[in-house]
Amino acid sequence: MSEAQGEGLVFHPMDQFIVKPLFGDGAVHWYTPTNAALWMAVSVVAIILLLVIGTRGRAVVPSRIQSVAELAYGFIHKMVEDVAGKDGLKFFPYIFTLFLFIVFSNFLGLLPKAFTPTSHIAVTAVLAMLVFVTVTVVGFVKNGAGFLSLFWVSSAPLPLRPVLALIEVISYFVRPVSHSIRLAGNMMAGHAVIKVFAAFAPLILMSGIGIAVTPLSILAITAMYGLEMLVAFIQAYVFTILTCVYLKDALHPHH
Amino acid sequence: MANEHEAANMAHDAGAAAAEAAGHAAESAGMPQLDFSTFGNQIFWLVVTLVVIYWVLSRIALPRIASVLADRQGAISGDLAAAEELKAKAKDAEAAYDKALADARAEAQKIAGEARAEIQAELDAATAKADAEISARAAESEARIGEIRAGAVEAAEVVAKDAAAEIVAALGGKADAKALAAAVSERLKG
Repeated sequence: MSEAQGEGLVFHPMDQFIVKPLFGDGAVHWYTPTNAALWMAVSVVAIILLLVIGTRGRAVVPSRIQSVAELAYGFIHKMVEDVAGKDGLKFFPYIFTLFLFIVFSNFLGLLPKAFTPTSHIAVTAVLAMLVFVTVTVVGFVKNGAGFLSLFWVSSAPLPLRPVLALIEVISYFVRPVSHSIRLAGNMMAGHAVIKVFAAFAPLILMSGIGIAVTPLSILAITAMYGLEMLVAFIQAYVFTILTCVYLKDALHPHH
Repeated sequence: MANEHEAANMAHDAGAAAAEAAGHAAESAGMPQLDFSTFGNQIFWLVVTLVVIYWVLSRIALPRIASVLADRQGAISGDLAAAEELKAKAKDAEAAYDKALADARAEAQKIAGEARAEIQAELDAATAKADAEISARAAESEARIGEIRAGAVEAAEVVAKDAAAEIVAALGGKADAKALAAAVSERLKG
């Protein structure tokens, strides 16, 4: 961004999230190839490299890339099976798609100058709504009206059940909100914090206090970057395992 | 990027179309995440991305990885079964070896026993033969001794007769040989 143009420090921690066209300065239409589209495409390419090109050998004794692909496969496959049960495995490709997209967007977004699609509520809301709609439809298709027993806590005392049912219904509809804001919020906050520290880094060029501040801010950027690596994986993991939990509710609604 | 920012400011200054202005205001004021003018774009590309990933995964990647994992599982369990089989074979071979060893030992014991018995029998036979020979020799010797003794007695009789005849002659008598022999025999018997 237009950093430090002689008049001192300039903070634009949120500019990195601006969606803009790749070519020219025109308006952003729905079909415009933007930086968001570019980095989604980079994720797709990375996923293909890992899971298709990497497993090309079909080796019984895997190469390094193939074992990473198998590790990712086994990780999510086991998660779906453990959390949602054997009948949840039908949805494994769907859940694996979500996981791979999020984990690759998160990590690729940590590259300098990169754009992080998952830091946008528009993206995570769509992901969360996809899960919400899928889970709700599956719940009603599999169990019919029996899916509503999800809200009727039969282990609670009878007078409490209507109150609990109200709370359960509210929490059910809040799920996509928390599901999406958790991911976007985590991504956005970390990147913004790194950017704020980055704005302090050139202080040494302007004033004496920079001798202390610049090394500190560089250290802070490094630490935050490490933390963000952790968050990038954990948020993808959390999103995926919550999807599995919601799916389990849809397949087995009885408490 | 700087261009974009300047463009935003220019758009701001010029007071362009209301929606665009609102969008850029959101950009410069706070969160680009809440610039709704970009939502359609992001959602469109997101859907494209997800469809592509899902297609690649379900058509190519997942079946391939699943088959690789199944192959590996098969190879491992096949190898384990083969190892189990070889182990059983080794155990059988060991048992056969042990049995052969025990048989050989028993055989050796038997042969040794037989040899011992044979030797004992031979020894016994030889001993018996030797005993028989010894007793035969002894009997023979006895017979010879008896013979010799008889011969000696006879010789003594002849010598006695001769000596008696000599003595009679020396004394000047004339002895009848027949009477002399009878007298000597009489005396020797007596």
